Amino acid sequence: MISRDHILNKVRTALGRSSSREPAPAPPARLAIPEWGPEERWRRFACALEKLGGKAVLAGDGAEARQYVAQLTCGRPAVASLSPFLESCGIDELPGVRRRFRDAAELRAACAAAEFGITGADYALAETGTLALFSSREEARLISLLPPVHVALLPASRLLTGLDELLGLVPDPAGISSALVLITGPSRTADIEQILVRGVHGPGEIHVIVVNEREETGS
Amino acid sequence: MTALPREQIRQTLADARLQAAIYAATGRLMEHRRQVVAPEVLPDYQELREQARRIKEHTLENLDAYLEQFEARVRARGGQVIWAKDGAEVADFLLELARRSQARLLVKSKSMTTEEIGLRERLEAHHFEVVETDLGEYIIQLAHERPYHIVAPALHKTREEVGEIFSQRLGVERENAPERQTKIARAVLRQKFLAADIGITGANFLVADSGAVVLVENEGNARLTTSAPRIHVAVAGIEKLIPRAQDLAVFLKLLGRSATGQPLTVYTSVLSGPRREGEWDGPEQFYVVLLDNGRSRVLADRDKRQTLYCIRCGACLNHCPVYRRIGGHNYPWVYSGPIGKIASPQFQGLTQDPWLPFASSLCGACAEVCPVKIEIPRLLLELRAEVVKTQAREKQRRAERWAFKLWAWVMCRPRVYEALSLAAGLLAGEGDSQGWLRRLPGLLNAGPLRAWMDYRDLPAPGRSFRALWRARTARVRE
Amino acid sequence: MPARVSLFVTCIVDQFFPRAGLAMAEVLERLGYRVEFPEAQTCCGQPAFNSGYREEARRVARHFLSVFRDAEYVVVPSGSCTSMITRHYEELFRKDPEALEQARRLVPRVWEFSQFLLEVAGVEDVGARLPAVVTYHDSCHALRELGIREGPRRLLAKVRDLELREMPASQECCGFGGTFSVKFPDVSAGMVRAKVDAIHQTGAQYVVSVDASCLMQIQGALNRAGSPVRTLHLAEVLVRQ
Repeated sequence: MISRDHILNKVRTALGRSSSREPAPAPPARLAIPEWGPEERWRRFACALEKLGGKAVLAGDGAEARQYVAQLTCGRPAVASLSPFLESCGIDELPGVRRRFRDAAELRAACAAAEFGITGADYALAETGTLALFSSREEARLISLLPPVHVALLPASRLLTGLDELLGLVPDPAGISSALVLITGPSRTADIEQILVRGVHGPGEIHVIVVNEREETGS
Repeated sequence: MTALPREQIRQTLADARLQAAIYAATGRLMEHRRQVVAPEVLPDYQELREQARRIKEHTLENLDAYLEQFEARVRARGGQVIWAKDGAEVADFLLELARRSQARLLVKSKSMTTEEIGLRERLEAHHFEVVETDLGEYIIQLAHERPYHIVAPALHKTREEVGEIFSQRLGVERENAPERQTKIARAVLRQKFLAADIGITGANFLVADSGAVVLVENEGNARLTTSAPRIHVAVAGIEKLIPRAQDLAVFLKLLGRSATGQPLTVYTSVLSGPRREGEWDGPEQFYVVLLDNGRSRVLADRDKRQTLYCIRCGACLNHCPVYRRIGGHNYPWVYSGPIGKIASPQFQGLTQDPWLPFASSLCGACAEVCPVKIEIPRLLLELRAEVVKTQAREKQRRAERWAFKLWAWVMCRPRVYEALSLAAGLLAGEGDSQGWLRRLPGLLNAGPLRAWMDYRDLPAPGRSFRALWRARTARVRE
Repeated sequence: MPARVSLFVTCIVDQFFPRAGLAMAEVLERLGYRVEFPEAQTCCGQPAFNSGYREEARRVARHFLSVFRDAEYVVVPSGSCTSMITRHYEELFRKDPEALEQARRLVPRVWEFSQFLLEVAGVEDVGARLPAVVTYHDSCHALRELGIREGPRRLLAKVRDLELREMPASQECCGFGGTFSVKFPDVSAGMVRAKVDAIHQTGAQYVVSVDASCLMQIQGALNRAGSPVRTLHLAEVLVRQ
């Protein structure tokens, strides 16, 4: 408590004030949202992600998405999240995929041993090839972090133009979850002689499957 | 008080390999940045800079209110805020927490703030195992060195040096390929992540309206540091605050681009509190340590307060012709480069490294690329004036002041000036055939002037412009 | 009545590069200006200001203000001296309202040479000719404080038979920085060496800039390296016919 008062007093004194007051209004938040239709969003997303060494796939429907994942994992050990969207695509039925765990410890052990981590994504951002994941009961953090390959599926309607649009839609990320992570490509470093190496701590390989819904797409 | 590390600088300049490494690394970062802020790619780059500057200016002007708002939001989400006047208080808190939680292993992601206060060393002195998980930081931890660059801590190390460090300190077989070395580090550190009790991070931003800590990275070590251990402690200077989550749109757009030329780094985490009901993973306890350590004092200086806008992108280092030659270890504090030149005197005291504000040619490349528009050259000039005033009694300064007093006296008297320039012309002689001097005559051939002449010739003064002008005017009249 | 232009040649040009000052005067006269040289001029005060001695800088700056008080235009063959006057006098005289007022009245009339040609005289082609390969060095103060970048290049483009070759890192500091080169001679030497290498890479015979201090630094290093390349102030190029 003492340090708190001490610091706040010093700050107030530095600002020429004797007591706190409400902050003056901040400069208006600046969100620049381009007008890109669904095709352009997909094109830019794929381009951005591929430039980073990730793989972007456009699936006509859930079955196509499921097929892609099946061919990718070939039955090898995979952990999938409890995302309803994954379920609707039938990912949970693929050989080698585990979804149910007794507790966090079991989940963690499975993620550490798995070769693939399969998740949904709350949003994707076209401009930068980014995935936005809120951690939740349906989405554990470690699934997209521990296994060396991350596979994410999401409906095309969740593909936004960019960070600005995301923050416009979700001005209070903390209100939704304790952790929002923006994932932009595979994990990497250039710390040794500036040589690019992928897959340092996070996944070195990332596949994003954007699933077109046959009906009207729209936000 | 430190002295200018002349000998050390000379050695750095003479080390051809190191020169090439620093120059190439910073050059690459410059080029990557240039590509992503080019007008064709980011047309509103200048507008974003101005917006970022204004938000930082506003936030600092209302810092007390934002600190309180931040604290309230963190607590509303089940986290705790610890206020620390200095590094000792941060260490005390962590030691107490570690003991209370019976922790033995702590993992850390990259944080200049924790370097600033030597946090890891303090914890290690109490026999806690603290492991740096950012690859560059891990390397220099093993090597017992200070970071070389704000963003690339091991910029100065060759792969051979890294191979040596790993084989010596980790007992693994010698590996010289960066790809293999990274795999080694990944395997070792993964064990640490999964076994650690406490994860310590810094914060790139603190969001007041969300009570959130924002971390940007490329490796995934910060995510692991904050998702695997049961306790997360974020240590952040009070200047890291921004008002709203929506302001991240501006700052995230500038940070990655300015630092490494990435529109977004691989991972951006917005963390607000311990895991919530139903969440599978994430920490059970969440602490944010708000650090003062001299920031409130800098805040009090209206002119130089802008030093606190810094978002630690490292762009100023990459563009500084001085940094690009002398590298990060020739600066006295953990913050090097142009930002270090204005921060060190304000945090460590003007007389600590009085030579530092003068170690710049004032070229302005730093200010040009600073995403939050800190006027570094202007602040350097102010600091110079302050150093000179503070050191007024020192012998060296007195002599210098007298020299400038004399100079000013002459410069206010054109006829004296002219007479002196005539004398200088006569003394210096003709110089060589091109009219250049290799050495200064007599008494002038000493000290700094002589060192100056070690590297370059000086044009022989000869006839001054005014003498030639008079002759010309006379000719014209005839 | 032709417009009056007062030359502020700067102490470096006065002492070490008088030819640049004469060339500047010549070019201006050819454009029809009446060129004057107020003899009482000395210095803008920058050396003291840069070294932290603001009181001494103010004394010299006040002298400058009085010398040029009634000038119609003041033209300066130096980016750094111009920016000292037009950018830093405001700060220097912050607590001296009388001098501040004088400075504010004078500053709009003070011009760096290339900017004067382009923006006041409104000319790009001064009828010059120089059959040579040249490269251009962007002096830091000119570039970053006065925004001088395209201007000199446009002027050089109009010089007959001149070939301009850009050098790598033309915007990198030459390492002079006034007292910086005296206090940190090793680093300064490293910086100018890189500049010399860049110049040699172009194969140019001349390196041109709008700042004599840069030219002094660069030519000194070129000489030491035994290079045949010569420095020229922009004015010295534009005066050639």
